[in-house]
Amino acid sequence: MDDLRRLIKENRIPLYRKMDQYRHYIIAGLLLLLLALPYLLNSQYIMRIIIMICVYSILGMSLGLITGYTGQTSLGHAAFYAIGAYTSAIISVTYGVSFFITAPIAACVAALMGLLLGLPTLRLSGTYLAITTLGFAEVVRMIFLNWERVTNGPLGISRIPRPVFFGIELTIANNGMYYLVLAFLLLTTLVMHFIVRSKFGRALTAIRDDEVAAVMMGVRTTYYKIIAFVVGAFFAGLAGAFYAHMIRFIDPNTFTFDTSILILSIVILGGMGTIKGMFLGAILLISFPELLRFVQEYRFVLYGLILVLMMRFRPQGLLGGQQKTDYAFPKGMKVDNQ
Amino acid sequence: MVTKKRWGERMVMEQLINGLTIGIIYALIAVGYSLVFGILRLVNFSHGSVYAFGAHMSLLFISMEFGIVPAIIASMIFTGMLGIAIDKLSLEPLRMKGSKPIAALITTIGISYIIQNMLMIVFGSETKSFPRLFNYGTVRIFGVNVGSTQIAIFFISLVLLVALTAIIHYTKVGLAMRGVEQNAKASYLMGINVNRVVTFTFFLGGVSAAIAGTLVSGYYQMVSPGMGFMPGLKAFSAAVLGGIGILYGSVIGGLVVGISETFAATYLGGSYRDAVAFIILILVLLVRPNGLFGKKGIKKV
Repeated sequence: MDDLRRLIKENRIPLYRKMDQYRHYIIAGLLLLLLALPYLLNSQYIMRIIIMICVYSILGMSLGLITGYTGQTSLGHAAFYAIGAYTSAIISVTYGVSFFITAPIAACVAALMGLLLGLPTLRLSGTYLAITTLGFAEVVRMIFLNWERVTNGPLGISRIPRPVFFGIELTIANNGMYYLVLAFLLLTTLVMHFIVRSKFGRALTAIRDDEVAAVMMGVRTTYYKIIAFVVGAFFAGLAGAFYAHMIRFIDPNTFTFDTSILILSIVILGGMGTIKGMFLGAILLISFPELLRFVQEYRFVLYGLILVLMMRFRPQGLLGGQQKTDYAFPKGMKVDNQ
Repeated sequence: MVTKKRWGERMVMEQLINGLTIGIIYALIAVGYSLVFGILRLVNFSHGSVYAFGAHMSLLFISMEFGIVPAIIASMIFTGMLGIAIDKLSLEPLRMKGSKPIAALITTIGISYIIQNMLMIVFGSETKSFPRLFNYGTVRIFGVNVGSTQIAIFFISLVLLVALTAIIHYTKVGLAMRGVEQNAKASYLMGINVNRVVTFTFFLGGVSAAIAGTLVSGYYQMVSPGMGFMPGLKAFSAAVLGGIGILYGSVIGGLVVGISETFAATYLGGSYRDAVAFIILILVLLVRPNGLFGKKGIKKV
C-alpha cells in the first residue's frame, strides 16, 4: 500500500485525488451547507426547485443502481415512481394514515412490483429488457388512468394530506419538506454507497462489464439483477411517496415516458456508475428548464441537443470514468511499479 | 335472433378491417425500426418523430398545392434526407469512435426531442386538419361497407412492403444490407461501403415513415407534432413482437397489434386501447424472449 501511495505522490495527482484526501471535510462542509441552505436563500421558489432536485437525485440513484452499476437499461423507471406516489396517496387519503407509515408501505409496494416485473423479464437482455420496461410503465399508467374507482382516473388524486411530524405539519414554507427530503436523500445515498462498495455491488459491476465472464466466475447474474431492480424500485417508490405529499396532487400525466427519460438522462449525464454524478445530473437537468426560461420554446430542442452532444463528446457522463479508489492489494503483496 | 347474429358477424368483420388498416401502418413503421435494428443493433427512438416529420412535410406540400401524389413523393424525399442527416450527423461519428450501444440509443432519444420540438416551433403545437386521401366513397366487401381510404391505405402499404422486401432480396444494395446485417466487418473486408449501406437504410426508414405518417394523417384527418409518440412505441413493440430485425416478423407483429387493439377498443372499451400492444408484447416476450420469429442469439465469449 505504501508503495502505491508513493507512486501516486510521485506522479502528478489529478484534482479529484487531491480532493479525496480531504473528502471527510468536504462532505461535512457540504452537509452543513445543505442544512443551512433554506436560511441562506430565503426563497420558496428556489427551495421548491431544490426539493425537486433532491427528489430526482433519489430517482437518479435508484435507476443508477439498475442502469449505471448493473448495466440494465430501463426505460420505465417512472412506473415505480408512480406506484409509490399512488400507493401512498390512496392509503393516506382513504384511511387518513400518517405519511411516515404510508411512505414505507409505498416503497415496499413499488419494490414488490419491481420483483414481479424483474422475475420474468430480467432474463431478457438489452433491447428486449428496455422495451419491456417501457411497456410496463405504459401499462401502469393506463391502469392508473382507467381504474377510476380507486385512482380517480384522469382527474387524479387531490388534497393529499401533508406529512405531520410530531404534531407539526411539514410544508415548504416552514422548510419541513426540505429537511424531510434531505433525510430521504441521505438515507438513499448511504444505502447506495454501502451497496456499491459491498460484495453485492462488485457482482453488479461485474455483470455490467462482462455478463458472460461474470457467469463463468460463478455470479448468479439473474439473482443479482433482480435484487438491484427491487432496491431501485424501492427508492423510486419512496421518492414517489414524497412527491405525492409535497405537491398534494397527482394524476397519470405526471408519470409519462418523458419522466422515465428524464431520470435516465440524469444517470447518463451525471455519469453511469457514480453516485456523485446523480446529484450533478439532477441539479443540471432540473434547474435547466427554470434557468432557460428566456429561450422558452427552444429549451427542449436544447435539451435534446445536450443529450446528443454529451453522447458524442463525453459518453461516460460528466463525472463518469474516474476510477476513484485503487484496488486494495492484500497485505504483504509487492506492487510492481515498473 | 338470426339478424342479431348477422349483425355481430358484421361488426367483427368491420373491426377486423379497421384493425388490418391500422395494423398495416404499424407494420410500415415497424419495418423502419427493424431495418435499422438489423444493421446497427440499435433501437432508433427518433423514428416516431421522423414519422411525424413526414406527415408535416406532406401537409406542407399539399397546402402548397402540389397535388397529392407529388406532395407525398416530395415528403418521402425530404423525410428520407432527414433520415440520412440523422445518421451522418449524429450516429456515424459515434460508430467511428466505437461508442457503447447505449450512447447511440440516448442520441436517438435526443434527436427525437429536437425534431418533435422543432416541428412544434415551426408548425405550431396544435392539431391541424389534414385532407382525406383517396376518398371515392365506400365499397361492399363480404357484406361489409369498407371505405376506399382504408382499401387504398392497405394496398399502398402492401405494395411498399413488397417493394422493400424486393429491394432487400433482389438488388445489389439489398445484398450489401443483408451482408452488413450478418457481419459488418466481413462485409467491409469484401469491399462493401458499410457506412453507405447504413445511410441507405436510414433513407429507406425515413421514406417508409413518411408514407406511414401521411397515410395515418389522411385516415384520421389530423396532424400534430406529438403524433409520432404512441404509434412509434406501438410499432416498436410490434417489431419486437415479431422478432426485431426480421422484416416479415415486423409485418405480422404490426398486424397483430393493430387487430388486437381494435378489438380491445370495441369489446373492452376505448380507454384500454393503448395498453393492449404492450400487454401482448410482455406476454410474448415471457414465452419467446426473442419474439415470435426471432432467431435465438448465440452468446459468443
